[in-house]
Amino acid sequence: MAPRVGVVMFPGTNCEHDAVLGLQRLGASAGLVWHGDTSVSGYDALVLPGGFAHGDYLRPGAIARFSPVMEAVGGFAAAGGPVVGICNGFQVLTEAGLLPGALQKNRGLRFLCTTAGVRVESSDSVLTGGVAVGTELQIPINHFEGNYTCDAPTLAMLRSEERVVLRYVDNPNGSVDSIAGVCNEARNVVGLMPHPERASDPLLGSVDGVVLLAALVRSATPQVAATVA
Amino acid sequence: MASAEQFSVLVEVRLRQGIADPQGATIERALPALGLTGVTGMRAGKAFRFEIAAPSEGEARAQATVVADRLLANPVIEESSVTVTPLGPAGAGSAA
Repeated sequence: MAPRVGVVMFPGTNCEHDAVLGLQRLGASAGLVWHGDTSVSGYDALVLPGGFAHGDYLRPGAIARFSPVMEAVGGFAAAGGPVVGICNGFQVLTEAGLLPGALQKNRGLRFLCTTAGVRVESSDSVLTGGVAVGTELQIPINHFEGNYTCDAPTLAMLRSEERVVLRYVDNPNGSVDSIAGVCNEARNVVGLMPHPERASDPLLGSVDGVVLLAALVRSATPQVAATVA
Repeated sequence: MASAEQFSVLVEVRLRQGIADPQGATIERALPALGLTGVTGMRAGKAFRFEIAAPSEGEARAQATVVADRLLANPVIEESSVTVTPLGPAGAGSAA
Protein backbone atom coordinates (compact mmCIF):
# COMPACT_ATOMS: atom_id res chain seq x y z
CA MET A 1 0.00 0.00 0.00
CA ALA A 2 1.26 3.46 -0.85
CA PRO A 3 2.43 5.59 2.10
CA ARG A 4 -0.24 8.11 3.03
CA VAL A 5 1.04 11.65 3.54
CA GLY A 6 -1.21 14.37 4.94
CA VAL A 7 -0.49 17.95 3.86
CA VAL A 8 -1.82 20.35 6.48
CA MET A 9 -3.58 23.43 5.17
CA PHE A 10 -4.15 26.61 7.19
CA PRO A 11 -5.96 29.72 5.95
CA GLY A 12 -3.22 31.41 3.91
CA THR A 13 -1.21 28.28 3.14
CA ASN A 14 -0.28 28.41 -0.55
CA CYS A 15 2.15 25.57 -1.29
CA GLU A 16 -0.13 22.64 -0.43
CA HIS A 17 -0.85 21.53 -4.00
CA ASP A 18 2.84 21.67 -4.96
CA ALA A 19 3.62 19.46 -1.98
CA VAL A 20 0.81 17.01 -2.77
CA LEU A 21 1.90 16.73 -6.41
CA GLY A 22 5.57 16.27 -5.53
CA LEU A 23 4.71 13.50 -3.07
CA GLN A 24 2.24 11.77 -5.40
CA ARG A 25 4.86 11.58 -8.13
CA LEU A 26 7.03 9.63 -5.71
CA GLY A 27 4.32 7.06 -5.22
CA ALA A 28 2.75 8.44 -2.06
CA SER A 29 -0.96 8.81 -1.54
CA ALA A 30 -1.14 12.46 -0.51
CA GLY A 31 -4.15 14.39 0.68
CA LEU A 32 -5.03 17.68 2.32
CA VAL A 33 -5.72 18.03 6.05
CA TRP A 34 -7.74 21.09 7.11
CA HIS A 35 -6.50 23.16 10.06
CA GLY A 36 -9.82 22.69 11.85
CA ASP A 37 -9.53 18.90 11.82
CA THR A 38 -8.89 17.34 15.20
CA SER A 39 -7.46 14.07 13.91
CA VAL A 40 -4.68 13.03 11.55
CA SER A 41 -5.41 9.32 11.80
CA GLY A 42 -4.98 7.46 8.55
CA TYR A 43 -1.74 9.23 7.64
CA ASP A 44 1.78 7.80 7.82
CA ALA A 45 3.53 11.18 7.56
CA LEU A 46 2.59 14.86 7.70
CA VAL A 47 3.82 17.90 5.83
CA LEU A 48 3.19 21.49 6.95
CA PRO A 49 3.73 23.36 3.68
CA GLY A 50 4.68 26.93 2.93
CA GLY A 51 2.53 30.03 2.73
CA PHE A 52 1.30 32.71 5.09
CA ALA A 53 -0.89 30.94 7.63
CA HIS A 54 -3.37 33.41 9.14
CA GLY A 55 -1.65 36.15 7.14
CA ASP A 56 1.49 35.79 9.28
CA TYR A 57 -0.29 38.18 11.65
CA LEU A 58 1.51 38.76 14.95
CA ARG A 59 4.40 36.46 13.89
CA PRO A 60 4.59 33.70 11.27
CA GLY A 61 3.03 30.62 12.83
CA ALA A 62 1.93 32.38 16.02
CA ILE A 63 -1.79 31.96 15.35
CA ALA A 64 -1.56 28.72 13.37
CA ARG A 65 -0.09 26.84 16.29
CA PHE A 66 -3.39 27.22 18.15
CA SER A 67 -5.31 25.53 15.32
CA PRO A 68 -7.25 22.41 16.38
CA VAL A 69 -5.14 20.25 14.05
CA MET A 70 -1.92 21.17 15.83
CA GLU A 71 -2.80 19.10 18.90
CA ALA A 72 -3.15 16.10 16.59
CA VAL A 73 0.11 16.98 14.84
CA GLY A 74 1.83 17.13 18.23
CA GLY A 75 0.43 13.74 19.21
CA PHE A 76 1.47 12.25 15.87
CA ALA A 77 5.01 13.63 16.33
CA ALA A 78 5.23 12.40 19.93
CA ALA A 79 4.31 8.91 18.72
CA GLY A 80 7.21 8.99 16.28
CA GLY A 81 5.32 9.90 13.13
CA PRO A 82 7.34 11.77 10.48
CA VAL A 83 6.50 15.49 10.36
CA VAL A 84 8.17 17.96 8.00
CA GLY A 85 7.58 21.71 8.04
CA ILE A 86 8.59 23.61 4.93
CA CYS A 87 9.13 27.39 5.16
CA ASN A 88 5.96 28.67 6.88
CA GLY A 89 5.47 25.12 8.15
CA PHE A 90 8.92 25.32 9.80
CA GLN A 91 7.83 28.57 11.45
CA VAL A 92 4.63 26.90 12.72
CA LEU A 93 6.63 23.98 14.18
CA THR A 94 8.97 26.32 16.09
CA GLU A 95 6.03 28.36 17.41
CA ALA A 96 4.36 25.13 18.50
CA GLY A 97 7.48 24.08 20.36
CA LEU A 98 7.95 20.95 18.23
CA LEU A 99 11.31 22.30 17.05
CA PRO A 100 13.75 24.58 18.93
CA GLY A 101 14.63 28.14 17.96
CA ALA A 102 12.76 30.78 15.99
CA LEU A 103 12.76 32.37 12.54
CA GLN A 104 13.48 36.09 12.48
CA LYS A 105 13.37 38.64 9.69
CA ASN A 106 16.16 38.13 7.19
CA ARG A 107 19.42 39.95 7.72
CA GLY A 108 19.18 42.97 5.42
CA LEU A 109 15.37 43.08 5.74
CA ARG A 110 14.82 41.71 2.24
CA PHE A 111 12.25 39.21 1.13
CA LEU A 112 14.33 36.51 -0.59
CA CYS A 113 13.04 34.70 -3.66
CA THR A 114 15.94 32.85 -5.23
CA THR A 115 17.63 29.47 -5.49
CA ALA A 116 20.00 28.61 -2.67
CA GLY A 117 22.74 26.03 -2.39
CA VAL A 118 21.97 23.72 0.53
CA ARG A 119 24.25 21.03 1.96
CA VAL A 120 23.03 17.89 3.71
CA GLU A 121 24.70 17.78 7.14
CA SER A 122 23.08 14.68 8.62
CA SER A 123 21.60 11.56 7.05
CA ASP A 124 19.78 10.76 10.26
CA SER A 125 16.36 12.36 9.92
CA VAL A 126 13.04 11.62 8.21
CA LEU A 127 13.90 14.13 5.48
CA THR A 128 17.54 13.20 4.83
CA GLY A 129 17.62 9.45 5.48
CA GLY A 130 19.73 7.77 2.82
CA VAL A 131 21.07 11.07 1.48
CA ALA A 132 24.86 11.28 1.82
CA VAL A 133 26.31 13.94 4.13
CA GLY A 134 27.90 16.64 2.01
CA THR A 135 25.40 16.32 -0.83
CA GLU A 136 24.78 19.79 -2.24
CA LEU A 137 21.33 20.64 -3.54
CA GLN A 138 19.99 23.67 -5.42
CA ILE A 139 16.61 24.45 -3.88
CA PRO A 140 14.41 27.58 -4.03
CA ILE A 141 13.93 29.77 -0.97
CA ASN A 142 11.05 32.21 -0.69
CA HIS A 143 10.81 33.98 2.65
CA PHE A 144 11.08 37.16 4.69
CA GLU A 145 11.41 35.51 8.10
CA GLY A 146 13.95 32.75 7.46
CA ASN A 147 16.77 33.91 9.69
CA TYR A 148 17.09 30.98 12.10
CA THR A 149 18.07 31.93 15.61
CA CYS A 150 18.37 30.22 18.99
CA ASP A 151 20.29 30.81 22.20
CA ALA A 152 23.87 29.63 22.62
CA PRO A 153 23.07 26.51 24.72
CA THR A 154 20.47 25.40 22.16
CA LEU A 155 22.93 25.90 19.30
CA ALA A 156 25.59 23.91 21.16
CA MET A 157 23.06 21.11 21.71
CA LEU A 158 21.96 21.10 18.05
CA ARG A 159 25.58 20.86 16.93
CA SER A 160 26.68 18.20 19.40
CA GLU A 161 23.62 16.05 18.60
CA GLU A 162 24.07 16.65 14.86
CA ARG A 163 20.53 17.98 14.61
CA VAL A 164 21.40 20.58 11.98
CA VAL A 165 20.30 18.52 8.99
CA LEU A 166 20.75 21.20 6.29
CA ARG A 167 23.07 24.22 6.00
CA TYR A 168 23.24 26.94 3.37
CA VAL A 169 26.38 26.86 1.26
CA ASP A 170 26.29 30.67 1.09
CA ASN A 171 24.17 31.97 3.99
CA PRO A 172 21.49 34.14 2.34
CA ASN A 173 19.49 35.35 5.36
CA GLY A 174 21.76 35.62 8.39
CA SER A 175 20.76 32.31 9.98
CA VAL A 176 22.97 31.38 12.92
CA ASP A 177 25.58 28.82 11.84
CA SER A 178 24.07 28.95 8.30
CA ILE A 179 21.25 26.67 9.49
CA ALA A 180 18.67 25.87 6.81
CA GLY A 181 16.99 22.95 8.56
CA VAL A 182 16.92 21.25 11.96
CA CYS A 183 15.31 18.18 13.50
CA ASN A 184 13.96 17.33 16.93
CA GLU A 185 15.67 15.01 19.39
CA ALA A 186 13.91 11.92 18.02
CA ARG A 187 14.78 13.04 14.45
CA ASN A 188 11.21 12.45 13.21
CA VAL A 189 10.29 16.16 13.07
CA VAL A 190 12.22 18.30 10.58
CA GLY A 191 11.83 21.95 9.63
CA LEU A 192 13.53 23.69 6.72
CA MET A 193 13.18 27.03 4.98
CA PRO A 194 14.03 25.85 1.41
CA HIS A 195 11.20 24.42 -0.70
CA PRO A 196 12.06 20.91 -1.97
CA GLU A 197 8.64 20.63 -3.66
CA ARG A 198 9.60 23.55 -5.89
CA ALA A 199 12.62 21.59 -7.11
CA SER A 200 10.79 18.41 -8.05
CA ASP A 201 10.40 18.69 -11.82
CA PRO A 202 12.80 19.66 -14.64
CA LEU A 203 10.25 22.28 -15.67
CA LEU A 204 10.91 24.05 -12.35
CA GLY A 205 14.62 24.34 -13.07
CA SER A 206 15.80 21.77 -10.53
CA VAL A 207 14.95 18.27 -9.37
CA ASP A 208 17.30 18.46 -6.38
CA GLY A 209 14.39 18.44 -3.92
CA VAL A 210 13.29 14.97 -4.97
CA VAL A 211 15.87 13.16 -2.81
CA LEU A 212 14.47 14.89 0.27
CA LEU A 213 10.80 14.22 -0.55
CA ALA A 214 11.70 10.62 -1.41
CA ALA A 215 13.39 10.18 1.98
CA LEU A 216 10.21 11.44 3.65
CA VAL A 217 8.05 9.02 1.65
CA ARG A 218 10.39 6.14 2.61
CA SER A 219 10.08 7.11 6.28
CA ALA A 220 6.28 7.06 6.06
CA THR A 221 5.77 3.47 7.12
CA PRO A 222 2.26 2.20 7.84
CA GLN A 223 3.43 0.84 11.21
CA VAL A 224 3.73 4.36 12.52
CA ALA A 225 0.12 5.09 11.69
CA ALA A 226 -0.94 1.90 13.43
CA THR A 227 0.65 3.02 16.71
CA VAL A 228 -0.97 6.45 16.47
CA ALA A 229 -4.46 5.38 15.50
CA MET B 1 -19.94 39.57 38.01
CA ALA B 2 -21.47 42.63 39.67
CA SER B 3 -18.10 43.34 41.29
CA ALA B 4 -16.09 43.06 38.05
CA GLU B 5 -13.89 45.96 37.19
CA GLN B 6 -12.63 47.04 33.81
CA PHE B 7 -8.90 47.36 33.24
CA SER B 8 -6.90 48.81 30.38
CA VAL B 9 -3.85 46.76 29.45
CA LEU B 10 -0.72 47.73 27.55
CA VAL B 11 1.65 44.94 26.53
CA GLU B 12 4.97 45.94 25.03
CA VAL B 13 6.94 43.27 23.20
CA ARG B 14 10.59 43.74 22.26
CA LEU B 15 13.45 41.57 21.12
CA ARG B 16 15.65 40.16 23.85
CA GLN B 17 19.05 41.72 24.39
CA GLY B 18 21.56 39.97 22.18
CA ILE B 19 19.03 39.19 19.46
CA ALA B 20 19.88 41.07 16.28
CA ASP B 21 17.31 43.73 15.40
CA PRO B 22 17.82 44.65 11.73
CA GLN B 23 14.66 46.78 11.79
CA GLY B 24 15.91 48.92 14.68
CA ALA B 25 19.33 49.21 13.07
CA THR B 26 17.81 50.33 9.78
CA ILE B 27 15.69 52.98 11.54
CA GLU B 28 18.75 54.21 13.41
CA ARG B 29 20.74 54.52 10.19
CA ALA B 30 18.03 56.79 8.77
CA LEU B 31 18.33 59.34 11.57
CA PRO B 32 21.37 61.24 10.27
CA ALA B 33 19.09 62.30 7.41
CA LEU B 34 17.13 64.26 10.06
CA GLY B 35 20.34 65.88 11.22
CA LEU B 36 20.37 63.75 14.40
CA THR B 37 23.64 61.99 15.04
CA GLY B 38 23.41 61.31 18.79
CA VAL B 39 20.57 58.79 18.77
CA THR B 40 21.73 55.26 19.57
CA GLY B 41 20.32 51.98 20.83
CA MET B 42 17.22 52.05 18.59
CA ARG B 43 15.20 48.85 19.08
CA ALA B 44 11.95 48.13 17.24
CA GLY B 45 9.09 46.41 19.06
CA LYS B 46 5.33 46.07 19.19
CA ALA B 47 2.65 47.45 21.50
CA PHE B 48 -0.77 45.88 22.13
CA ARG B 49 -3.68 47.55 23.94
CA PHE B 50 -6.79 45.76 25.13
CA GLU B 51 -9.25 45.68 28.03
CA ILE B 52 -10.03 43.00 30.59
CA ALA B 53 -12.98 42.68 32.97
CA ALA B 54 -11.80 41.02 36.16
CA PRO B 55 -12.63 41.00 39.89
CA SER B 56 -9.28 42.54 40.84
CA GLU B 57 -6.23 44.23 39.39
CA GLY B 58 -4.14 41.21 40.32
CA GLU B 59 -6.46 38.90 38.37
CA ALA B 60 -6.42 41.27 35.39
CA ARG B 61 -2.63 41.32 35.49
CA ALA B 62 -2.48 37.52 35.69
CA GLN B 63 -4.71 37.17 32.62
CA ALA B 64 -2.80 39.84 30.71
CA THR B 65 0.46 38.05 31.51
CA VAL B 66 -0.93 34.83 30.04
CA VAL B 67 -1.87 36.71 26.86
CA ALA B 68 1.61 38.26 26.69
CA ASP B 69 3.61 35.11 27.45
CA ARG B 70 1.56 32.55 25.53
CA LEU B 71 0.62 34.53 22.44
CA LEU B 72 1.95 38.04 21.98
CA ALA B 73 5.65 37.29 22.60
CA ASN B 74 7.81 34.41 21.43
CA PRO B 75 10.02 33.77 24.47
CA VAL B 76 12.81 32.40 22.27
CA ILE B 77 13.53 35.86 20.87
CA GLU B 78 11.24 38.33 22.66
CA GLU B 79 10.39 39.64 26.11
CA SER B 80 7.33 41.55 27.20
CA SER B 81 6.14 43.98 29.85
CA VAL B 82 2.55 44.37 31.07
CA THR B 83 0.98 47.62 32.34
CA VAL B 84 -2.52 47.45 33.88
CA THR B 85 -4.62 50.57 34.54
CA PRO B 86 -8.02 50.46 36.38
CA LEU B 87 -10.91 52.01 34.42
CA GLY B 88 -13.67 51.63 37.03
CA PRO B 89 -16.65 49.24 37.31
CA ALA B 90 -17.11 46.99 34.27
CA GLY B 91 -19.74 48.27 31.86
CA ALA B 92 -20.29 51.54 33.73
CA GLY B 93 -20.87 54.48 31.46
CA SER B 94 -19.22 52.95 28.42
CA ALA B 95 -20.89 52.74 25.06
CA ALA B 96 -22.34 49.34 24.26
